Amino acid sequence: MKPARAPRVERSAGRLLLLDVANGTIGDRRPAELPGLLHAGDLLVLNDAATLPASLRGSAGARQEAIELRLLGREPDGSWRAVAFGAGDWTTPTERRAAPPLLRAGARLQLGALSGQIEEVSALSPRLWRVRFDLEGAAFWSALYRSGRPVQYSYLARPLELWDVQTAYGAQPWAVEAPSAGYPLDASLLLALRQRGVQLASITHAAGLSATGDPEIDAALPLAERTLVPERTVAAIAGARAAGRRVLAVGTSVVRALEGRALEGGGELRAGEATTSLLLGPGYRCQIVDGLLTGMHDPSESHYALLQAFAPRELLDRAHAQAEAWGYLGHEFGDACLILAGPDGRSEIAAANL
Amino acid sequence: MSLKNKAVLITGASRGLGRALFAELARAGARVVGVARDRAAIEAVAQELAAQGLEAHGIGADLGAQGDIYPIAGAAAALVGPIDVLIHNASSLGPTPLPLLLDTACEDFTRVLEVNVLGPFRLSKAIVGNMLLRGEGVVVHVSSDAATSAYPRWGAYGVSKAALDHLARIWAAELSGSGVRFYSIDPGEMDTAMHAAALPEADPASLARPEEVAARIVSFLQGPLPESGQRLEAARLADANLAAATVAAGKTVAS
Repeated sequence: MKPARAPRVERSAGRLLLLDVANGTIGDRRPAELPGLLHAGDLLVLNDAATLPASLRGSAGARQEAIELRLLGREPDGSWRAVAFGAGDWTTPTERRAAPPLLRAGARLQLGALSGQIEEVSALSPRLWRVRFDLEGAAFWSALYRSGRPVQYSYLARPLELWDVQTAYGAQPWAVEAPSAGYPLDASLLLALRQRGVQLASITHAAGLSATGDPEIDAALPLAERTLVPERTVAAIAGARAAGRRVLAVGTSVVRALEGRALEGGGELRAGEATTSLLLGPGYRCQIVDGLLTGMHDPSESHYALLQAFAPRELLDRAHAQAEAWGYLGHEFGDACLILAGPDGRSEIAAANL
Repeated sequence: MSLKNKAVLITGASRGLGRALFAELARAGARVVGVARDRAAIEAVAQELAAQGLEAHGIGADLGAQGDIYPIAGAAAALVGPIDVLIHNASSLGPTPLPLLLDTACEDFTRVLEVNVLGPFRLSKAIVGNMLLRGEGVVVHVSSDAATSAYPRWGAYGVSKAALDHLARIWAAELSGSGVRFYSIDPGEMDTAMHAAALPEADPASLARPEEVAARIVSFLQGPLPESGQRLEAARLADANLAAATVAAGKTVAS
């Protein structure tokens, strides 16, 4: 599938592929039609993480060799996991990027206004570091925002600005790459959904890097990611399920966070902050989520395996081929896909609506 | 609304009314982030409050610079969580002594609009979406009587404040019923550095102290809040709370 090569100015202007799993049908829709495709009482769960300027450029080690550091996530002790690249920039695909210098714990880093040191080099890869910055609190966050840029993609026509990688509703900057499934949900669509009676709830999930170009690290992705599930979201999910309404996730990361949390709780979803390392795939029976609004995923992507928790491979392949024929665009700024699945016939949408 | 543990972001917080609000909000138990262009000054104010055991953070940023908006929103949410109360207090007079419109440089007019109108619009755009998702939040635009009276030599500033008032009304109209509220508050004339720059001949004794006005605004935020979209004078904020309480009581009786 061809990638969308630039962010959309009008966020909801793309296309929406509709997969009705129960009927095995595929439809060509627009995001603006979303309210009509859902029922009053359905619950949409969004990831409200804002996107960090996670890419830092500077130098490392006694010889001050050029590096790019991409933050992966913040640890509870205030240190950061990060992947290092050598010289070069985003216009080179990550898998062809030069390796960073081989460094050990204790090596100093200077990244714009941020300085710090490597506290640990991962056994997984010499490019995977745990880093501690010298600044804390407001001084740290100010310096990070002055020095960092959003993680860039080599297939894009121009570099991304910080505002290009935010959803309309993000708050706490936990995401290293944008929760891009939410891009089409502009304020107008959120208001229309609410007017339709669709409920909105949020979690905050620290979505990490989708790829690093390092085969050892990429094989281990996604790494454990932090999720905050508010009490009121737990209540909203319980309420929707009790009323026989659907719980729909916006983005694969929301599926992973909710299902992971439920699995750890023995089927019970608990509020609070925890890390998730669950991997979903074919044969997994979702306990919480009945459907998914997501981007267009290629069969080669790891996300494609997660989609098979909702729809059979045959239907996904057919939908993918159909979307390609319809000229759908893929990748971070591409078109959207709504998969309505779920047990107990809760997935059906009014036939007249198809 | 109780301000205890609420996440508050206030711009122009290193001096004048902004500084007084920064302190008063923190004393009310809010977790407050203050923004000002002068990084050393805002960090000093935040440190002074933190030393009193209050939760206060200072960020140096220019509200008139497009590239500073998401950094303000992001750093603030990282420090205190999703913002519950956003106060647009920062503003620029433009050059002083205040010139006639015919003598105002176009670049100066542009800069006043960037700081006083576009900055609040952009910062709200970065923050209000999450309030909409959560179904709650308060945004305050600090206005001026120059927004409603045509004072000679207050052209750029007066126009910017009139626009800021109307911006609050349109935000309120568009998000009516969403749980997110917008108010313009006219603080009245205060004994601040900005007032001295605009009207150096004014007698400070005749002016309100910014601390008094800040206390009124914080008290207003803690009371029953009136309908969104209103323009309120600081001296009458208590009346607005009272009216809101009466309306609420009326609804209870009626139901």
